[in-house]
Amino acid sequence: MAKPIRFRLNGRPTTLETDGGRTLLWVLRTDLELTGAKYGCGAGLCGSCTVVVDGEAVRSCVTSIASVDGKEVVTIEGLAEGGELHPLQRAFVEHGGLQCGYCTPGMILHAYALLRAEPRPTRQAILAAMEGNLCRCGAHRRIVLAIEDAAGAMAEPAGGEP
Amino acid sequence: MSPTTRGIDRRAFLKMVGGGIVVLVTARPAALLSQDRRRPIYPDDLNAYLRIGEDGRVTIFSGKIEMGQGVMTSQAQMAAEELGVALDAIEMVLGDTDRCPWDMGTFGSLTTRMFGPALRAAAAEARAVLVRLAAKELGVAKERLVVADGVVSVAGEPDRRVTFGELARGKAISRLVDEEAVLRSVADFQVMGRSPERMDSPAKVTGAAEYAADVRLPGMLYASVLRPPSHGATLGAVDPSPAAAVPGATVVRLDDLVAVLHADPETAERALRAVRAEWREPAPPFDDETVFDHLLGSAPEPEVKDDRGDRRAAREAASRVFETAYRKGYVAHAPMEPHAALARVEDGKATVWASTQTPFPTRDRIAEALGFRPEKVRVVTPYLGGGFGGKSAGRQAIEAARLAQAAGRPVQVAWSRAEEFFYDTFDPACLVKLASAVDSDGRITLWDYEVYFAGDRGADLYYDVPNARVRVFGSWRGAGSEAHLFGVGPWRAPGANMNAFAIESQVDSMAAAAGLDPLDFRLRNLSDPRMRRVLETVAETFGWQAAAAPGGRSGRGTGRGRGVACAIDAGTYVALMAEVAVDAERGAVRVERIACAQDMGIVVSPEGATLQMEGCLTMGLGYVLSEELRFRGGKILDKNFGTYDLARFSWLPEIRTVLVENHELAPQGGGEPAIVPLGAVVANAVFDATGARLHRLPMTPERVREAIGAVAG
Repeated sequence: MAKPIRFRLNGRPTTLETDGGRTLLWVLRTDLELTGAKYGCGAGLCGSCTVVVDGEAVRSCVTSIASVDGKEVVTIEGLAEGGELHPLQRAFVEHGGLQCGYCTPGMILHAYALLRAEPRPTRQAILAAMEGNLCRCGAHRRIVLAIEDAAGAMAEPAGGEP
Repeated sequence: MSPTTRGIDRRAFLKMVGGGIVVLVTARPAALLSQDRRRPIYPDDLNAYLRIGEDGRVTIFSGKIEMGQGVMTSQAQMAAEELGVALDAIEMVLGDTDRCPWDMGTFGSLTTRMFGPALRAAAAEARAVLVRLAAKELGVAKERLVVADGVVSVAGEPDRRVTFGELARGKAISRLVDEEAVLRSVADFQVMGRSPERMDSPAKVTGAAEYAADVRLPGMLYASVLRPPSHGATLGAVDPSPAAAVPGATVVRLDDLVAVLHADPETAERALRAVRAEWREPAPPFDDETVFDHLLGSAPEPEVKDDRGDRRAAREAASRVFETAYRKGYVAHAPMEPHAALARVEDGKATVWASTQTPFPTRDRIAEALGFRPEKVRVVTPYLGGGFGGKSAGRQAIEAARLAQAAGRPVQVAWSRAEEFFYDTFDPACLVKLASAVDSDGRITLWDYEVYFAGDRGADLYYDVPNARVRVFGSWRGAGSEAHLFGVGPWRAPGANMNAFAIESQVDSMAAAAGLDPLDFRLRNLSDPRMRRVLETVAETFGWQAAAAPGGRSGRGTGRGRGVACAIDAGTYVALMAEVAVDAERGAVRVERIACAQDMGIVVSPEGATLQMEGCLTMGLGYVLSEELRFRGGKILDKNFGTYDLARFSWLPEIRTVLVENHELAPQGGGEPAIVPLGAVVANAVFDATGARLHRLPMTPERVREAIGAVAG
């Protein structure tokens, strides 16, 4: 057995002893029972399996588990904090940015990485950034509105709350 | 067929749900038969029920499934409205064959139209029962009682009250409703006609929503199934020993079904690749280009749907007869969730969690495959990651059940994207041949319509034409002939997309030849008030300015154009207008904006209906501009999204939708109509921009360039 793979998963230290060539997607979905990341194409072509690694959106179906050693992994299960939905999650609910919901975790996490890198993207920038994430139901319009809305909510100065 | 063989046993159900008030509704055959008139076997049994528990919570049991179309919420809205409770007092149990009434399947924009009335009747009856119980409890005449938020109180004396939960306590009342109850009218609606937050949203944004492939059982194994290289291939020698040598792998062979099972899905897949199999493949008889000749050659005798006037005289009188053929290739469903199922078979009973639009028919097919009686099989339907008609066959559920039975452990079958493309039941390739004529006043005088393998949905003529014939050669099912080499089936508004593409393109060509504005031309030939109204409404929403097409010019540079098209589907009237920009050199069509006006009768959830319209208009751009399955004989050449293009974010047009008020009509279908005229509206706008008429879907850059070249040349 190769050396253990250690990483932070949704804020928690995680150690795995497994074949490092396995994909992050299937380790998440089987060993770790985090099924929010979905299989859609197995080739990095649809974005349903998107998770965030060290702040970047990655396709977990073409990412080896060994490659996240020492890194910070965020999945959809780790986005809400203390039972509070993340502003992006809330915006997807409010704008109807989902129908069947299968692509939704990947959409939200891809947008999450986008807004971390670029807090106030233009509509063109959002469309360009989301281009590789497929949605078959045709919720695109609402997804864009949700991302714009969440960007606004997240960019508001902190400390406004009592 | 007796009710209990198809549906749940009524007494067993009542025993299972325990106390409270349960209302059962029998099917009203007249309405429900039209779910599918070719298979008029809808049982004369329950088709809806709901239960009011001692805690006042209402549970609705429905055989329908949630695949993104929002029926979990809209069904709850309908029940909440008739019952007099808040939406959050309702819990939905969907698509579980042990707990829900028999249902043919979720398709055809039928849930609200056909199932809705039964559900509303059940809720209205429950309310009547509760009011009678309350009258006794409170010692007043029931006419003096009012119901709100799950509380019955005396009008004007809010302190004299009793809750639904209190009324249900200690009771075991069951009611059977066999006729339409008196339903609340639009003016009284409290819950219907509004747009609450979808009940499934919170679970779907947190990853908590469970899909079939997410279900986990102790000891479960993941299957990788040996697949043929092409449809029609036959299996010769198989040597699975290299796969069986992989640690932890089990090889199962059941006649035609060869699979490797493993606790890790990736290991199962790798091990399967080691299986040596010989296949014999037949020579490919046709491909995606030559399929149309094949279809014309294999067409069955037509069904004559319409035959009126004197077509010969109309032909002779016409200064010009427009004769055109329209074509469309095979289109994949490509839901983001590939088919998946998990099966557990133990103690003579099978439980299968499956992504399926048809839990009950799938249960029956699993039972047949296992040699079980249907009541020994339970199909549970978690959330579906998209269906669009493509999750009706249940093949993966049968495979999982057979493998679980053989292995003695739970088995998951989750298709890869390549398997999804291979076993899809595609929207079939099809053709329309059409001859028509118009007189000097801009009135259509002749219509001779032949549709091959798209079927009759949307083939009926809604324009006022005195001399017309409509003939349907084969349905979209392809049944009764050797038309297709692989599976075909319903695809969001089956066949209607093709019929509307042909009808509305043809009408546009005649308008142009008559030198008339395409909207004006349509209105001249339409007396149906619902169609006139959606056209007039969409024109206002879009900002239509009357002019004959083509307005743009073919040739170099970017031409802009706009088009109009309309359709009737699932009882709903819809009209679209679109503006496109066409890059003549590249042949690229960009749809810049679309307006949509829809009359769907009473609207249960305006937001839900709007999302469905937007979804249709976005998803539909794929079949209009890029989606066409490539194949050679039974070999499917598209295996993933690298070569098969769905609509993407950069394609997104500006979309404006409007619901045309029609409170006189019960709720009609909403999941499909807006996708129907999309091919025509884009083709008509491309014609306006370039003067080039596209007769084939999808309108790929190559075909657009070619059509523009033909005009310019």
